Amino acid sequence: MKIHEFQAKGILRRFGAAVPQGKVIDDAAQAARICEDFGGRCVVKAQIHAGGRGKGGGVKVASNPDEAARLADEILGMQLVTHQTGPDGQEVRQVLIEEALEIDQELYLGVTLDRAAERPLLMASRSGGMDIEEVAQSDPDAILRELIDPLLGVLPFQCRRIASGLGFEGGTARQIQSIVASVVAAYLETDASLVEINPLMVDSKGDVYALDAKMNFDDNALFRQRDVVELRDVHEENPLEVEASEHGISYIKLDGSIGCMVNGAGLAMATMDIIKLYGAEPANFLDVGGSASQEAVASAFRIILSDPAVEAVLINIFGGIARTDRIARGVVAAIDELAADGTPVGVPVVVRLEGTNVEEGREVLERADFDFLVADGMASAAESAVEALRTRVAES
Amino acid sequence: MSILVGESTRLIVQGITGREGLFHAMGCRDYGTDVVGGVTPGKGGSTVEGFPVWNSVERARRETGCNATLIFVPPPFAADAIMEAADAGVELIVCITEGIPVQDMVRVKAFLRGRNSRLLGPNCPGLITPDQAKVGIMPGHIHEAGNVGVISRSGTLTYEAVWQLTNEGLGQTTCVGIGGDPVNGTSFIDVLELFAGDEATEAVVLIGEIGGTAEEEAAAWIGEHLDVPVVGFIAGATAPPGRRMGHAGAIVAGGKGTAAEKKAALRDAGVLVVDSPAEMGARVSEALGR
Repeated sequence: MKIHEFQAKGILRRFGAAVPQGKVIDDAAQAARICEDFGGRCVVKAQIHAGGRGKGGGVKVASNPDEAARLADEILGMQLVTHQTGPDGQEVRQVLIEEALEIDQELYLGVTLDRAAERPLLMASRSGGMDIEEVAQSDPDAILRELIDPLLGVLPFQCRRIASGLGFEGGTARQIQSIVASVVAAYLETDASLVEINPLMVDSKGDVYALDAKMNFDDNALFRQRDVVELRDVHEENPLEVEASEHGISYIKLDGSIGCMVNGAGLAMATMDIIKLYGAEPANFLDVGGSASQEAVASAFRIILSDPAVEAVLINIFGGIARTDRIARGVVAAIDELAADGTPVGVPVVVRLEGTNVEEGREVLERADFDFLVADGMASAAESAVEALRTRVAES
Repeated sequence: MSILVGESTRLIVQGITGREGLFHAMGCRDYGTDVVGGVTPGKGGSTVEGFPVWNSVERARRETGCNATLIFVPPPFAADAIMEAADAGVELIVCITEGIPVQDMVRVKAFLRGRNSRLLGPNCPGLITPDQAKVGIMPGHIHEAGNVGVISRSGTLTYEAVWQLTNEGLGQTTCVGIGGDPVNGTSFIDVLELFAGDEATEAVVLIGEIGGTAEEEAAAWIGEHLDVPVVGFIAGATAPPGRRMGHAGAIVAGGKGTAAEKKAALRDAGVLVVDSPAEMGARVSEALGR
């Protein structure tokens, strides 16, 4: 789960990190007064989950309250396009008005999971403001790394090593040590999957602030992070993906035209891959779950078909514990249900069933009123889905 | 021959009074696995479907001499269940539970260091040695005893591979699902080492997916140590970066963990990589000259 910058800063402040003064608003009329409170200069920052907001024109400096009001008005409501939003961009519904600080140096500070070491990894670098992945590629030695003991947390000597490694001493070093400890504590205690402060700023007086902040969270841990769940902003999520998750379905919209319904994440990815091998593009990733119940299949159908780009559907189910005849009945019932609701399935549906009771399963499909294209094996399923798609596109 | 589980496996099920736990305890027993009982704290002393239930793994181990456990405990309590089993000294811990917080698993891995238990999973289908022991949730009937080892990060995609092998007339020594989470107990290399030491295993199918570097590490190990042919498939060539594809571990992050990189590393190590998931079985046949 992702949250907004102002929310991440709120969490970091709670863990003792210094962040600039700021207020989040959804009404541009408030911007001027807030700017005045901050001494007449401020930064106006679009609050969307995607990165690259500055380059997309979503972060601007105002040198007086009137300009702050004008910029807030301009940014609020805009469709902000960044390299992470896709071509349509994301609507800006809130802006963060922050005091403008004198930047002397920009650093990088981040914590994430090191999968190979199976521990959290703290990273810091003097190349703040840059994409850390780029730094890792171009100059890997420029990144300081500290593995965090999951039972002990970050240790004081590790904080000192980061501060001195970044080239600081005295009061600034102590402030960096403190913010490092805060960031790691926030990561561990909120079940974050990523905390990133980029840039971590040192001002002309040598004081340290988190100028930007990004936090992502482990979805599996949300059950024990009630405060974090409160911060969820569904406006930032794809509505179909939200609906899918409510039905226990894992769905990700993609750009192709063959809708996929598969049980199991690995098989779902493999099905997308084989569609591509046969010359078409998958419209989505969809894992209906191990049991592929009738209810899940019906919801999955609705979700797949609400994507107007879908011209054919490929169902690939490997019935393990769940018997395939039962799954086939679920598929047929779901199609009947959709027809009864006045939203009949109007695209070709290729079904590949394998596993327990497969003969009975195929019989169920053949007896159904709906004209399924029944396939034997993954390759022929992909082939007939792509063929059905081409025929349909050629006819229209 | 086989690895990890076989005729001598004495299995308990943690969470045996839950719906899933009981269903699969019966499934394993029906397959022929020696399921000696189960654990549910607070329900000790009772019996379900003929399985004796204990309050703790320690007690279950003392009473039954179990050497393996299969865990169906819900995510908030699963890490504790794993650590309890390790503390009791159970040699093989297989955790099916999906959705355990990553930080719990980080702590579990720290706890397991220096202990003698091997953890498989979490978020995995378990493992099976055909005709001997099924310790997991896979459909037993698609398997056949034979000479191909299977190792995978996925569930149903593993069944797909096994089914292709069985249809090619190629049986399996042992099929091992290591799970789709970013932090898990047993790695590809751990299992490959065991297959390398198993004389019956004449070929290996390795099924990976996007995210992390486990496949690259496996490739390096295969290149140096493994003499039998390995057929590989990596799921997720079409997955967009930055999106978690179902499994918590299946995500291309920071330009790392792509299918293309993994396939290249495996090919460099001499692995016979197939681009189509429909060709896994046929490629093994070919490699074994059948």
